[in-house]
Amino acid sequence: MFREFNVTLVLALVAVAGLISGPAFAQTPEEALASIQSDAAKATSGFKGFSAARGESFFKTRHGNEWSCASCHTENPATPGKHAKTGKVIQPFAPSANAERFTDPGKVAKWFKRNCNDVLDRVCTPQEKGDVLTYLLTVKK
Amino acid sequence: MSKCYKNFPRRLVAALLVMGVTISIAQAGDRAEKFSGENRGKPVQPAQINAKFQQECSTCHIAYSPGLLPATSWRKVMSGLDKHFGSDASLTDQENKEITTFLVNNASNRWSASTAPLRITETAWFKHKHDSHEIPQAIWKNPKVKSPANCAACHQQADRGDFSERNIKIPK
Repeated sequence: MFREFNVTLVLALVAVAGLISGPAFAQTPEEALASIQSDAAKATSGFKGFSAARGESFFKTRHGNEWSCASCHTENPATPGKHAKTGKVIQPFAPSANAERFTDPGKVAKWFKRNCNDVLDRVCTPQEKGDVLTYLLTVKK
Repeated sequence: MSKCYKNFPRRLVAALLVMGVTISIAQAGDRAEKFSGENRGKPVQPAQINAKFQQECSTCHIAYSPGLLPATSWRKVMSGLDKHFGSDASLTDQENKEITTFLVNNASNRWSASTAPLRITETAWFKHKHDSHEIPQAIWKNPKVKSPANCAACHQQADRGDFSERNIKIPK
């Protein structure tokens, strides 16, 4: 009896702690990366993994259009950015500085589609997405 | 000659009458066709604001009040989101449908012209209220203003659709 009560109490405490510890995210950035990696393995023959260095260079380089990723997200993705056209503040891109980043699969898909189209006039490959996310995960706050 | 002078008062009265009638017809026309029919509706955001609209349309700029443009303009804007003033702002079909319905239902109810501009800054009401007598060129060039699309640079409550004079603060 006492034991049962204890179990219930512990479960209740765990539930409450879960509720107050903040919003529940659908995925972690690492899970987002794992999902991109499984896409990359399927799409790229001889896929050799992601590279933070390649991701950083992709992020900071223009790809034929006016903007690079860094045009809005800045050269330091741990700091807030600014929309290159409207000037509206963009919250930091690096997960270390913004816990919400890459936690909502719908948002990740929506923004990769939009921003790759703006920067490259096409969708990004899983390799490119994975390289960039790998780079972002190395950026310290 | 004398005949002409004799008729002068009568002619003057007639001429004045004609002028008066013409002016009042013009004024009545003006009232009905304010800003040549390109008039905004109530700018204030609807009390029952759509959450998707609020969230999606305020990511890159303020969520412009639906009343600032006619329904046809909003339909055009929403059907071209993949090329939204130089950026891809595309939504899922479901999001697009929900937001379009909200915009169309709350669009300007005073727009009588057949025009449907894509930009709020291209409407006759906007141009009239921001003409060079009201807003000198130098203000638009201020980096804090950046663009006429940046309502909130001067209209401090623009995100709520409050453009009243008392909430205008032009940056120095």
